[in-house]
Amino acid sequence: MSTESKSVLLDPLIDNNPVTYQVLGICSALAVTTQMDTALMMCLGLMVVTALSNAAIALIRHNIPSNVRIIIQMTIIASLVIIVDESLKAFAWDISKRLSVFVGLIITNCIVLGRAEAFAMQNGVWDSFLDGIGNGLGYSVVLITVSAIRELFGSGSILGFTILPLVDNGGWYVPSGIMFMAPSGLIIIGVLIWVIRSFKVKQLEQPDYKIEVHRFEAI
Amino acid sequence: MEHYIALFIRSIFIENLALSFFLGMCSFLAISKQVETALGLGIAVIIVQGITVPANNLIYQFILQEGAWAWAGYPELDLSFLGLISYIGVIAAIVQVLEMALDRYFPALYDALGIYLPLITVNCIVLAGALFMVERGYNFPESVVYGIGGGTGFAMAIVALAGIREKLRYSDIPPPLQGLGITFITVGLISMSFLAFSGIQL
Repeated sequence: MSTESKSVLLDPLIDNNPVTYQVLGICSALAVTTQMDTALMMCLGLMVVTALSNAAIALIRHNIPSNVRIIIQMTIIASLVIIVDESLKAFAWDISKRLSVFVGLIITNCIVLGRAEAFAMQNGVWDSFLDGIGNGLGYSVVLITVSAIRELFGSGSILGFTILPLVDNGGWYVPSGIMFMAPSGLIIIGVLIWVIRSFKVKQLEQPDYKIEVHRFEAI
Repeated sequence: MEHYIALFIRSIFIENLALSFFLGMCSFLAISKQVETALGLGIAVIIVQGITVPANNLIYQFILQEGAWAWAGYPELDLSFLGLISYIGVIAAIVQVLEMALDRYFPALYDALGIYLPLITVNCIVLAGALFMVERGYNFPESVVYGIGGGTGFAMAIVALAGIREKLRYSDIPPPLQGLGITFITVGLISMSFLAFSGIQL
Protein backbone atom coordinates (compact mmCIF):
# COMPACT_ATOMS: atom_id res chain seq x y z
CA MET A 1 0.00 0.00 0.00
CA SER A 2 1.45 3.37 -0.95
CA THR A 3 2.12 5.98 1.73
CA GLU A 4 -0.61 8.19 0.32
CA SER A 5 -3.28 5.52 0.62
CA LYS A 6 -2.03 4.77 4.09
CA SER A 7 -2.39 8.36 5.20
CA VAL A 8 -5.88 8.50 3.66
CA LEU A 9 -6.77 5.46 5.75
CA LEU A 10 -5.04 6.38 9.01
CA ASP A 11 -5.37 10.18 9.23
CA PRO A 12 -9.03 10.16 10.30
CA LEU A 13 -8.21 7.98 13.32
CA ILE A 14 -6.91 10.79 15.57
CA ASP A 15 -5.40 13.64 13.56
CA ASN A 16 -8.45 14.36 11.48
CA ASN A 17 -11.04 12.49 13.48
CA PRO A 18 -14.57 13.01 12.11
CA VAL A 19 -16.20 13.42 15.53
CA THR A 20 -13.67 15.29 17.63
CA TYR A 21 -12.08 17.40 14.90
CA GLN A 22 -14.39 17.72 11.90
CA VAL A 23 -17.54 17.92 14.12
CA LEU A 24 -19.43 15.42 11.98
CA GLY A 25 -21.81 12.65 12.95
CA ILE A 26 -22.23 13.62 16.56
CA CYS A 27 -25.92 12.83 16.97
CA SER A 28 -25.55 9.09 16.70
CA ALA A 29 -22.22 9.09 18.51
CA LEU A 30 -24.08 10.20 21.61
CA ALA A 31 -27.30 8.30 21.40
CA VAL A 32 -26.14 4.73 20.84
CA THR A 33 -23.26 4.64 23.29
CA THR A 34 -24.94 3.48 26.50
CA GLN A 35 -24.07 -0.14 25.67
CA MET A 36 -21.01 -1.33 23.81
CA ASP A 37 -22.69 -3.90 21.56
CA THR A 38 -25.08 -1.35 20.04
CA ALA A 39 -22.15 1.01 19.54
CA LEU A 40 -20.13 -1.67 17.72
CA MET A 41 -23.07 -2.51 15.47
CA MET A 42 -23.57 1.16 14.67
CA CYS A 43 -19.86 1.58 13.81
CA LEU A 44 -19.99 -1.39 11.49
CA GLY A 45 -23.11 -0.08 9.76
CA LEU A 46 -21.65 3.38 9.35
CA MET A 47 -18.33 2.08 8.05
CA VAL A 48 -20.04 -0.07 5.42
CA VAL A 49 -22.27 2.78 4.28
CA THR A 50 -19.49 5.40 4.17
CA ALA A 51 -17.04 3.14 2.32
CA LEU A 52 -19.55 1.91 -0.27
CA SER A 53 -21.20 5.28 -0.83
CA ASN A 54 -17.81 6.94 -1.23
CA ALA A 55 -16.79 4.29 -3.76
CA ALA A 56 -20.08 4.52 -5.66
CA ILE A 57 -20.04 8.30 -5.79
CA ALA A 58 -16.38 8.38 -6.85
CA LEU A 59 -17.23 5.93 -9.62
CA ILE A 60 -19.85 8.20 -11.18
CA ARG A 61 -18.37 11.54 -10.09
CA HIS A 62 -17.69 12.72 -13.66
CA ASN A 63 -21.28 12.12 -14.69
CA ILE A 64 -23.06 13.92 -11.84
CA PRO A 65 -24.34 17.40 -12.78
CA SER A 66 -23.28 19.60 -9.91
CA ASN A 67 -26.66 21.25 -9.26
CA VAL A 68 -28.43 17.96 -8.51
CA ARG A 69 -25.49 16.26 -6.82
CA ILE A 70 -26.93 16.37 -3.31
CA ILE A 71 -30.06 14.51 -4.36
CA ILE A 72 -28.01 11.88 -6.23
CA GLN A 73 -25.72 11.41 -3.24
CA MET A 74 -28.71 11.15 -0.92
CA THR A 75 -30.32 8.50 -3.12
CA ILE A 76 -27.17 6.37 -3.16
CA ILE A 77 -26.71 6.75 0.59
CA ALA A 78 -30.38 6.07 1.34
CA SER A 79 -30.33 2.86 -0.72
CA LEU A 80 -27.23 1.62 1.12
CA VAL A 81 -28.77 2.48 4.49
CA ILE A 82 -31.93 0.56 3.59
CA ILE A 83 -29.76 -2.49 2.82
CA VAL A 84 -27.95 -2.16 6.17
CA ASP A 85 -31.23 -1.62 8.02
CA GLU A 86 -32.93 -4.62 6.43
CA SER A 87 -29.94 -6.91 7.04
CA LEU A 88 -29.78 -5.83 10.69
CA LYS A 89 -33.49 -6.61 11.02
CA ALA A 90 -32.87 -10.00 9.47
CA PHE A 91 -29.77 -11.07 11.40
CA ALA A 92 -29.68 -9.04 14.62
CA TRP A 93 -33.28 -8.25 15.48
CA ASP A 94 -32.87 -7.27 19.13
CA ILE A 95 -29.94 -4.94 18.45
CA SER A 96 -31.81 -3.40 15.55
CA LYS A 97 -34.75 -2.82 17.91
CA ARG A 98 -32.50 -1.07 20.43
CA LEU A 99 -30.87 1.11 17.78
CA SER A 100 -34.43 2.13 16.75
CA VAL A 101 -34.35 5.13 14.41
CA PHE A 102 -30.62 5.63 14.57
CA VAL A 103 -29.81 3.17 11.78
CA GLY A 104 -32.12 5.15 9.53
CA LEU A 105 -30.41 8.31 10.66
CA ILE A 106 -27.12 7.13 9.11
CA ILE A 107 -28.60 8.74 5.97
CA THR A 108 -28.39 12.15 7.50
CA ASN A 109 -25.21 11.34 9.40
CA CYS A 110 -23.02 14.19 8.31
CA ILE A 111 -19.96 11.94 8.07
CA VAL A 112 -21.40 10.09 5.10
CA LEU A 113 -22.54 13.12 3.14
CA GLY A 114 -19.59 15.19 4.31
CA ARG A 115 -17.05 12.68 3.03
CA ALA A 116 -18.97 12.13 -0.20
CA GLU A 117 -19.00 15.85 -0.83
CA ALA A 118 -15.48 16.65 0.41
CA PHE A 119 -13.52 13.61 -0.75
CA ALA A 120 -15.33 11.25 -3.10
CA MET A 121 -16.27 14.00 -5.57
CA GLN A 122 -12.58 14.74 -6.21
CA ASN A 123 -10.78 11.45 -5.79
CA GLY A 124 -10.53 7.99 -7.32
CA VAL A 125 -12.61 4.97 -6.39
CA TRP A 126 -9.98 3.11 -4.35
CA ASP A 127 -8.86 6.17 -2.39
CA SER A 128 -12.47 7.12 -1.67
CA PHE A 129 -13.18 3.61 -0.45
CA LEU A 130 -10.18 3.82 1.90
CA ASP A 131 -11.25 7.27 3.05
CA GLY A 132 -14.68 5.85 3.90
CA ILE A 133 -13.14 3.00 5.88
CA GLY A 134 -10.75 5.40 7.62
CA ASN A 135 -13.49 7.81 8.65
CA GLY A 136 -15.63 4.89 9.75
CA LEU A 137 -12.72 3.75 11.92
CA GLY A 138 -12.19 7.22 13.34
CA TYR A 139 -15.88 7.36 14.25
CA SER A 140 -15.57 3.88 15.77
CA VAL A 141 -12.62 4.91 17.94
CA VAL A 142 -14.72 7.65 19.55
CA LEU A 143 -17.84 5.51 19.84
CA ILE A 144 -16.00 2.57 21.37
CA THR A 145 -14.16 4.75 23.88
CA VAL A 146 -17.32 6.58 24.95
CA SER A 147 -19.43 3.43 25.13
CA ALA A 148 -16.75 1.54 27.08
CA ILE A 149 -16.66 4.31 29.69
CA ARG A 150 -20.45 4.56 29.85
CA GLU A 151 -21.05 0.83 30.07
CA LEU A 152 -18.25 0.24 32.59
CA PHE A 153 -19.41 2.91 35.01
CA GLY A 154 -23.12 2.67 34.22
CA SER A 155 -23.59 -1.07 34.60
CA GLY A 156 -20.20 -2.34 35.75
CA SER A 157 -19.64 -4.51 32.71
CA ILE A 158 -18.08 -4.40 29.25
CA LEU A 159 -19.89 -6.16 26.40
CA GLY A 160 -22.05 -7.85 29.04
CA PHE A 161 -19.12 -9.31 31.02
CA THR A 162 -19.00 -8.12 34.62
CA ILE A 163 -15.88 -6.11 35.43
CA LEU A 164 -17.04 -4.26 38.54
CA PRO A 165 -19.38 -6.48 40.59
CA LEU A 166 -22.55 -4.51 41.38
CA VAL A 167 -23.96 -4.00 44.86
CA ASP A 168 -27.24 -5.59 43.74
CA ASN A 169 -25.41 -8.84 43.00
CA GLY A 170 -23.40 -8.89 46.21
CA GLY A 171 -20.44 -6.91 44.88
CA TRP A 172 -19.17 -3.51 45.93
CA TYR A 173 -19.78 -1.17 42.97
CA VAL A 174 -22.70 1.25 43.07
CA PRO A 175 -23.56 1.98 39.41
CA SER A 176 -23.78 5.63 38.49
CA GLY A 177 -27.12 6.37 36.93
CA ILE A 178 -25.93 9.48 35.09
CA MET A 179 -23.99 7.27 32.67
CA PHE A 180 -27.28 6.05 31.22
CA MET A 181 -28.60 9.56 30.76
CA ALA A 182 -28.09 11.82 27.80
CA PRO A 183 -25.68 14.37 29.35
CA SER A 184 -22.89 11.94 30.22
CA GLY A 185 -22.19 11.22 26.55
CA LEU A 186 -21.71 14.91 25.81
CA ILE A 187 -19.48 15.49 28.80
CA ILE A 188 -17.35 12.40 28.02
CA ILE A 189 -16.82 13.55 24.44
CA GLY A 190 -15.99 17.04 25.72
CA VAL A 191 -13.33 15.59 28.01
CA LEU A 192 -12.08 13.32 25.21
CA ILE A 193 -11.57 16.39 23.02
CA TRP A 194 -9.71 18.01 25.89
CA VAL A 195 -7.37 14.99 26.18
CA ILE A 196 -6.76 14.72 22.42
CA ARG A 197 -6.08 18.41 22.04
CA SER A 198 -3.67 18.44 24.94
CA PHE A 199 -1.46 16.15 22.83
CA LYS A 200 -2.34 17.40 19.34
CA VAL A 201 -1.50 21.06 19.59
CA LYS A 202 -2.34 21.58 15.91
CA GLN A 203 -6.05 21.11 16.62
CA LEU A 204 -6.26 23.98 19.13
CA GLU A 205 -8.80 26.69 18.37
CA GLN A 206 -7.82 30.32 18.79
CA PRO A 207 -9.87 32.09 21.46
CA ASP A 208 -11.90 35.12 20.31
CA TYR A 209 -10.54 37.23 23.12
CA LYS A 210 -7.22 37.01 24.87
CA ILE A 211 -7.73 37.11 28.62
CA GLU A 212 -5.19 39.46 30.18
CA VAL A 213 -3.77 38.41 33.51
CA HIS A 214 -4.67 41.03 36.08
CA ARG A 215 -1.60 42.09 38.03
CA PHE A 216 -1.59 44.35 41.05
CA GLU A 217 2.22 44.40 41.17
CA ALA A 218 2.42 46.17 37.84
CA ILE A 219 0.56 49.22 39.07
CA MET B 1 -57.73 19.66 22.48
CA GLU B 2 -56.02 18.87 25.77
CA HIS B 3 -54.37 15.88 24.14
CA TYR B 4 -52.76 18.08 21.50
CA ILE B 5 -51.55 20.65 24.00
CA ALA B 6 -50.00 17.86 26.05
CA LEU B 7 -48.28 16.49 22.94
CA PHE B 8 -47.00 19.97 22.07
CA ILE B 9 -45.54 20.58 25.53
CA ARG B 10 -44.08 17.09 25.59
CA SER B 11 -42.33 17.49 22.25
CA ILE B 12 -40.83 20.82 23.31
CA PHE B 13 -39.66 20.11 26.83
CA ILE B 14 -39.80 16.47 27.85
CA GLU B 15 -38.72 14.89 24.60
CA ASN B 16 -36.63 17.75 23.28
CA LEU B 17 -35.11 16.45 20.06
CA ALA B 18 -31.79 18.19 20.55
CA LEU B 19 -31.21 17.79 24.25
CA SER B 20 -32.67 14.42 25.06
CA PHE B 21 -32.24 12.56 21.77
CA PHE B 22 -29.06 14.33 20.58
CA LEU B 23 -30.49 15.01 17.15
CA GLY B 24 -29.34 17.78 14.88
CA MET B 25 -26.21 18.04 16.99
CA CYS B 26 -23.91 18.92 14.10
CA SER B 27 -25.72 22.12 13.23
CA PHE B 28 -26.57 22.60 16.89
CA LEU B 29 -22.86 22.90 17.68
CA ALA B 30 -21.73 24.51 14.43
CA ILE B 31 -24.33 27.29 14.11
CA SER B 32 -24.65 28.39 17.72
CA LYS B 33 -21.93 31.00 17.91
CA GLN B 34 -24.33 33.94 17.67
CA VAL B 35 -27.90 34.37 18.84
CA GLU B 36 -29.06 35.94 15.55
CA THR B 37 -27.93 33.14 13.26
CA ALA B 38 -29.12 30.56 15.77
CA LEU B 39 -32.56 32.17 15.71
CA GLY B 40 -32.57 32.06 11.90
CA LEU B 41 -31.78 28.36 11.85
CA GLY B 42 -34.33 27.71 14.60
CA ILE B 43 -37.13 29.38 12.64
CA ALA B 44 -36.14 27.51 9.48
CA VAL B 45 -36.29 24.21 11.36
CA ILE B 46 -39.75 25.02 12.77
CA ILE B 47 -41.08 25.79 9.29
CA VAL B 48 -39.53 22.74 7.64
CA GLN B 49 -40.51 20.37 10.45
CA GLY B 50 -44.06 21.74 10.49
CA ILE B 51 -44.43 20.95 6.79
CA THR B 52 -42.43 17.75 6.30
CA VAL B 53 -43.66 15.71 9.27
CA PRO B 54 -47.34 15.97 8.24
CA ALA B 55 -46.40 15.43 4.57
CA ASN B 56 -44.50 12.27 5.43
CA ASN B 57 -47.39 11.22 7.63
CA LEU B 58 -49.73 11.35 4.63
CA ILE B 59 -47.22 9.44 2.51
CA TYR B 60 -46.88 6.77 5.16
CA GLN B 61 -50.60 6.43 5.77
CA PHE B 62 -51.73 6.33 2.17
CA ILE B 63 -48.80 4.78 0.30
CA LEU B 64 -46.33 2.90 2.46
CA GLN B 65 -48.31 1.42 5.33
CA GLU B 66 -49.26 -2.23 5.22
CA GLY B 67 -52.74 -2.41 3.73
CA ALA B 68 -52.61 1.10 2.26
CA TRP B 69 -53.18 -0.35 -1.21
CA ALA B 70 -56.13 -2.51 -0.14
CA TRP B 71 -58.49 -0.37 -2.27
CA ALA B 72 -56.48 -1.30 -5.36
CA GLY B 73 -56.66 -4.99 -4.59
CA TYR B 74 -53.31 -5.47 -2.84
CA PRO B 75 -54.26 -5.86 0.84
CA GLU B 76 -50.93 -7.47 1.76
CA LEU B 77 -48.63 -5.01 0.04
CA ASP B 78 -46.23 -3.55 2.64
CA LEU B 79 -43.98 -0.86 1.27
CA SER B 80 -42.65 0.37 4.61
CA PHE B 81 -39.10 -0.73 3.72
CA LEU B 82 -39.11 2.13 1.20
CA GLY B 83 -39.73 4.53 4.08
CA LEU B 84 -36.24 5.99 4.45
CA ILE B 85 -35.74 6.79 0.80
CA SER B 86 -39.19 8.33 0.39
CA TYR B 87 -38.96 10.46 3.54
CA ILE B 88 -35.58 11.87 2.59
CA GLY B 89 -36.83 12.46 -0.96
CA VAL B 90 -39.88 14.32 0.35
CA ILE B 91 -37.74 16.37 2.70
CA ALA B 92 -35.24 17.30 -0.02
CA ALA B 93 -38.05 18.21 -2.42
CA ILE B 94 -40.00 20.28 0.12
CA VAL B 95 -36.90 22.17 1.22
CA GLN B 96 -36.15 22.95 -2.43
CA VAL B 97 -39.70 24.13 -3.11
CA LEU B 98 -39.80 26.11 0.12
CA GLU B 99 -36.57 27.81 -0.85
CA MET B 100 -37.98 28.86 -4.22
CA ALA B 101 -41.30 29.99 -2.71
CA LEU B 102 -39.59 32.07 -0.02
CA ASP B 103 -37.28 33.60 -2.62
CA ARG B 104 -40.28 34.60 -4.72
CA TYR B 105 -42.75 35.79 -2.07
CA PHE B 106 -40.81 36.57 1.11
CA PRO B 107 -37.37 37.76 0.00
CA ALA B 108 -36.63 39.29 3.42
CA LEU B 109 -37.13 36.00 5.20
CA TYR B 110 -35.22 34.20 2.46
CA ASP B 111 -32.23 36.49 2.94
CA ALA B 112 -32.39 36.05 6.68
CA LEU B 113 -32.38 32.26 6.44
CA GLY B 114 -29.70 32.23 3.76
CA ILE B 115 -27.58 29.12 3.69
CA TYR B 116 -29.41 27.40 6.56
CA LEU B 117 -32.43 26.44 4.54
CA PRO B 118 -30.70 24.02 2.11
CA LEU B 119 -28.58 22.67 4.96
CA ILE B 120 -31.71 21.53 6.75
CA THR B 121 -32.13 18.68 4.27
CA VAL B 122 -29.23 16.91 5.91
CA ASN B 123 -30.21 17.88 9.43
CA CYS B 124 -31.01 14.65 11.22
CA ILE B 125 -33.73 16.35 13.21
CA VAL B 126 -36.07 16.58 10.23
CA LEU B 127 -35.67 12.94 9.21
CA ALA B 128 -35.87 11.87 12.86
CA GLY B 129 -39.16 13.76 13.19
CA ALA B 130 -40.56 11.63 10.37
CA LEU B 131 -39.15 8.39 11.78
CA PHE B 132 -40.42 9.02 15.31
CA MET B 133 -43.80 9.97 13.89
CA VAL B 134 -43.99 6.56 12.16
CA GLU B 135 -42.60 4.65 15.12
CA ARG B 136 -45.15 6.15 17.51
CA GLY B 137 -48.03 5.89 15.07
CA TYR B 138 -49.23 9.52 15.15
CA ASN B 139 -52.27 10.43 13.07
CA PHE B 140 -52.42 13.52 10.85
CA PRO B 141 -53.36 16.26 13.37
CA GLU B 142 -50.95 14.77 15.91
CA SER B 143 -48.17 14.86 13.34
CA VAL B 144 -48.79 18.57 12.67
CA VAL B 145 -48.54 19.32 16.38
CA TYR B 146 -45.51 17.06 16.79
CA GLY B 147 -43.70 18.63 13.83
CA ILE B 148 -44.18 22.19 15.06
CA GLY B 149 -43.46 21.23 18.67
CA GLY B 150 -40.27 19.38 17.82
CA GLY B 151 -39.04 22.30 15.73
CA THR B 152 -39.84 24.78 18.50
CA GLY B 153 -37.94 22.67 21.01
CA PHE B 154 -34.88 22.67 18.78
CA ALA B 155 -35.15 26.41 18.15
CA MET B 156 -35.33 27.17 21.86
CA ALA B 157 -32.41 24.91 22.66
CA ILE B 158 -30.15 26.39 19.99
CA VAL B 159 -30.98 29.99 20.95
CA ALA B 160 -30.27 29.19 24.59
CA LEU B 161 -26.92 27.62 23.69
CA ALA B 162 -25.99 30.55 21.47
CA GLY B 163 -26.75 32.95 24.32
CA ILE B 164 -24.47 31.02 26.64
CA ARG B 165 -21.69 30.77 24.04
CA GLU B 166 -21.76 34.52 23.45
CA LYS B 167 -20.97 35.04 27.12
CA LEU B 168 -18.51 32.15 27.20
CA ARG B 169 -16.17 33.94 24.82
CA TYR B 170 -15.01 36.20 27.61
CA SER B 171 -14.12 33.42 30.02
CA ASP B 172 -10.72 31.97 30.67
CA ILE B 173 -10.88 28.43 29.34
CA PRO B 174 -7.87 26.05 29.20
CA PRO B 175 -6.57 26.13 25.59
CA PRO B 176 -7.29 22.46 24.70
CA LEU B 177 -10.88 22.90 25.84
CA GLN B 178 -11.33 26.12 23.87
CA GLY B 179 -14.14 26.09 21.31
CA LEU B 180 -15.55 22.64 20.66
CA GLY B 181 -14.61 21.01 23.96
CA ILE B 182 -16.28 23.52 26.24
CA THR B 183 -19.31 23.62 23.97
CA PHE B 184 -19.83 19.89 24.40
CA ILE B 185 -19.64 20.22 28.16
CA THR B 186 -22.02 23.19 28.13
CA VAL B 187 -24.56 21.24 26.08
CA GLY B 188 -24.14 18.37 28.55
CA LEU B 189 -25.01 20.68 31.43
CA ILE B 190 -28.02 22.20 29.61
CA SER B 191 -29.29 18.75 28.77
CA MET B 192 -28.82 17.70 32.40
CA SER B 193 -31.08 20.55 33.47
CA PHE B 194 -33.64 19.43 30.87
CA LEU B 195 -33.70 16.04 32.60
CA ALA B 196 -35.71 17.80 35.28
CA PHE B 197 -38.68 17.77 32.89
CA SER B 198 -38.45 14.05 32.30
CA GLY B 199 -40.50 13.06 35.32
CA ILE B 200 -43.53 15.10 34.23
CA GLN B 201 -46.53 13.07 33.15
CA LEU B 202 -48.98 14.80 30.84
